[in-house]
Amino acid sequence: MNDLRTPLARAKGLGTAKEGVGHWWTQRLSSLLLIPLVLWFGFTVASLPQASHTELTAWISSPPVTVALVLLILTVFYHAQQGLQVVIEDYVSTHWQRTAAIILVSFLCLLLAVIGVIAVLRIALGG
Amino acid sequence: MAEFTLPANSVVREGKTYKADSGAKNVKRFIIYRYDPSTGENPRTDTYEVDLDKCGPMVLDALLKIKGEMDASLSLRRSCREGICGSCSMNIDGQNTLACTKAIDEIKGDVKVYPLPHQSVVKDLVSDLTNFYAQYASVEPWMKTESATPPDRERLQSKADRAKLDGLYECILCACCSTSCPSYWWNSDRYLGPAALLNAYRWIVDSRDEATGERLDELEDPFKLYRCHTIMNCTTVCPKGLNPAKAIAETKKLMVQRRM
Repeated sequence: MNDLRTPLARAKGLGTAKEGVGHWWTQRLSSLLLIPLVLWFGFTVASLPQASHTELTAWISSPPVTVALVLLILTVFYHAQQGLQVVIEDYVSTHWQRTAAIILVSFLCLLLAVIGVIAVLRIALGG
Repeated sequence: MAEFTLPANSVVREGKTYKADSGAKNVKRFIIYRYDPSTGENPRTDTYEVDLDKCGPMVLDALLKIKGEMDASLSLRRSCREGICGSCSMNIDGQNTLACTKAIDEIKGDVKVYPLPHQSVVKDLVSDLTNFYAQYASVEPWMKTESATPPDRERLQSKADRAKLDGLYECILCACCSTSCPSYWWNSDRYLGPAALLNAYRWIVDSRDEATGERLDELEDPFKLYRCHTIMNCTTVCPKGLNPAKAIAETKKLMVQRRM
């Protein structure tokens, strides 16, 4: 390595980004919210295997279920984006690859969340 | 990507075996990592058969016996031989610890001795801790105050506040914790690691320090602090029985507390 910087200069690097606590805190809050939502979703879907298409769409259209499903989809993809970002930051060390992967994953999570929400709303609002 | 496999020139090969004297009855095999960058050869593991009847009880005693009586070319760092200087930290029987406080009879079977994981090796069991020490310096581990020092006495601290430093001030900077942490392995260029973060917290909780907010500002970073995922290897290996994972968790709590 032809790097004549002092060890302290290298350790300090570009300094602090002055952020990180927001990401850490919202990741914990979203996981807290996911506990009841995922439990509700799991148990409810498990009790629906014999339902017909009409019964299922009727179930999705009931206002409390619509609200819960939209909440679940938004929280899941928000939480997934945050978790995947942490994994990428941990394991992808080349800077441009790290940045590209985080952007790609963020856009993908946004896309999937929008698809999910629109699908629920179309059924619920009879679109 | 993070390095999960060794580069070709770091693959460890099998080396020589040094036999114990024929009369020895209580023989233990020490398998020791050897590497000399000046030779251009790959690292190897040499095996030393040590007569425990003529050896002290600790792994360091055996290593010094090997160096003194069997193979003078073995390199290792040691100084106090009583767990206070932190020089003889290395990976023994798969876990980072101090050779001077690790008893040989705690280890079943052969004793495998390697340098601290994922650091550059200077030679044999001596690893390069330059970055580790620089990271410690970067948290500015000294008291910072704006108020003038009282002219007639020390800066006072209640007994309760002094007790908050217990479990923190005892750190000897042996690097066992940081080099056992996977997050530190993958991102040690930016993640400060458990030792530096424990020492940063030691000054954050010191009631006499007046730079608490600035210290927290300096740590608030996705890499410097938040690479810690509470893996807890640091706490498992600390040869002084300290809990760096808790110090980091307390720092994260303060980060949230000051914005709520």
